[in-house]
Amino acid sequence: MGEAFGLALDLVASGDGDLIEIVLLSLRVSLTATALACLIGLPIGALIAIGRFPGRNAVLIVMNALMGLPPVVVGLLVYLHLSRSGPLGFLGLLYTPTAMIIAQTILIAPIVAALSRQVLEDLHAEYAEQFRSLCLTKLQTVQALLWDARYSLLTVGLAGFGRAVAEVGAVIIVGGNIDHLTRVMTTAIALETSKGDLALALALGIILLVIALGVNAAVQSVRMTAARQAYV
Amino acid sequence: MFDTAASSADHVVPRARTAPILPLAVRDLELRFGQTTILDGVSFDLQPEGCTMVMGPNGAGKSLLLKLLHGLMAPTSGTIDWSGQGPQDITARQALVFQKPVLLRRSVAANVDFVLKVRGKDRARRDTLLDHVGLGHKADQPARLLSGGEAQRLALARALAADPEVLFLDEPTASLDPASVLAIEEIVREASARGVRIVFVTHDMGQARRMADDILFLSGGGVTEHSRAADFFPEPQSKAARDYLNGKLVV
Repeated sequence: MGEAFGLALDLVASGDGDLIEIVLLSLRVSLTATALACLIGLPIGALIAIGRFPGRNAVLIVMNALMGLPPVVVGLLVYLHLSRSGPLGFLGLLYTPTAMIIAQTILIAPIVAALSRQVLEDLHAEYAEQFRSLCLTKLQTVQALLWDARYSLLTVGLAGFGRAVAEVGAVIIVGGNIDHLTRVMTTAIALETSKGDLALALALGIILLVIALGVNAAVQSVRMTAARQAYV
Repeated sequence: MFDTAASSADHVVPRARTAPILPLAVRDLELRFGQTTILDGVSFDLQPEGCTMVMGPNGAGKSLLLKLLHGLMAPTSGTIDWSGQGPQDITARQALVFQKPVLLRRSVAANVDFVLKVRGKDRARRDTLLDHVGLGHKADQPARLLSGGEAQRLALARALAADPEVLFLDEPTASLDPASVLAIEEIVREASARGVRIVFVTHDMGQARRMADDILFLSGGGVTEHSRAADFFPEPQSKAARDYLNGKLVV
């Protein structure tokens, strides 16, 4: 363990080019996937939050179940679509960072949708009557809810990012863990572990943890500032 | 329930050219939730001008009556006739101030901006509105850090931003200190003087005396009395109103 910490520090201190590449790709893939998942998941969450339609409960159950999508299954499904013989094979995306982004977006969009639905429904319960009095359209209502819940929704995005940056099953299937191309933190850790270089694997794990901590701390501080100003 | 999605603030017609929504005629209004009857056989008229104070014991259905008149709910039966204007048009030409102000998680100014924007009003009026309710100096502060009285004044500024022809107030001063109460009353009085029709729910006898042109007294699910304020306070006609004024329990 001590050896791993030492190695982690050495790795970071040496500014190892490979390491930086892996860290940056991890961040790029997972942050892009988080942004896309928010673009898809937030409007869906908002519409379900303010909507009353037949089958709404069924939709909620499915959406909540999808939060627990196994990454390997998502990876496999994306793989089947992107592989040479698959329907989207002509795009030539398999084993590229784009394929990894697609897989992670599919993985975390349901998380963003389900969690934002809860946040926005609570807020809407407070605003609904005032909004009806103002004769707001559905679009205006959704816009106002998304804006007023923005700091709470940061946490929702964070939950999605946490899941994306930590998963290995989907990115290893559609990315292939190719050195200098699709190798990210988690797949590198898996590789070093299987090679028996446990110290290096642990060192990479420690760095991943620190990155996750840093992102969380940044978002949390934004939220706390907002809370002090009573915008949450 | 009216579908809010069907309404649009995109084409607000200048008031002078639209048909008036007053006088109001309410006939045989009934509101039931399951087996519980809240309002039964409510009938009254509101003239185009003035300030009507709605009074009556807790549970008499005053707040629900306001929501019915404003078009936020549909009655079980009976008619609410705003001079023949359609329900969608009605809500958009009125405003309602709630007992507990629902303020957006934004700055004081942004709360007013929001209403001006969604209702297609002149955005330049914001500062005038805030000054009018004495909140000009707090424009950039978060609305949720305002005191109770300030929050309600902001809610009033927001309601007035919508240029309502009828302003409903549901016990807006119920939990405020005397100075705040008078400030709110002054703003409402000015709106009334400019021709905004006021319908004001209150439990505060002094407030009713200060503000009222007429009193609509609700009890037992119906309108027990609707008379000019000058007649109501010295000589309430109904036993329910007499008991209420004397502080006796009315059910």
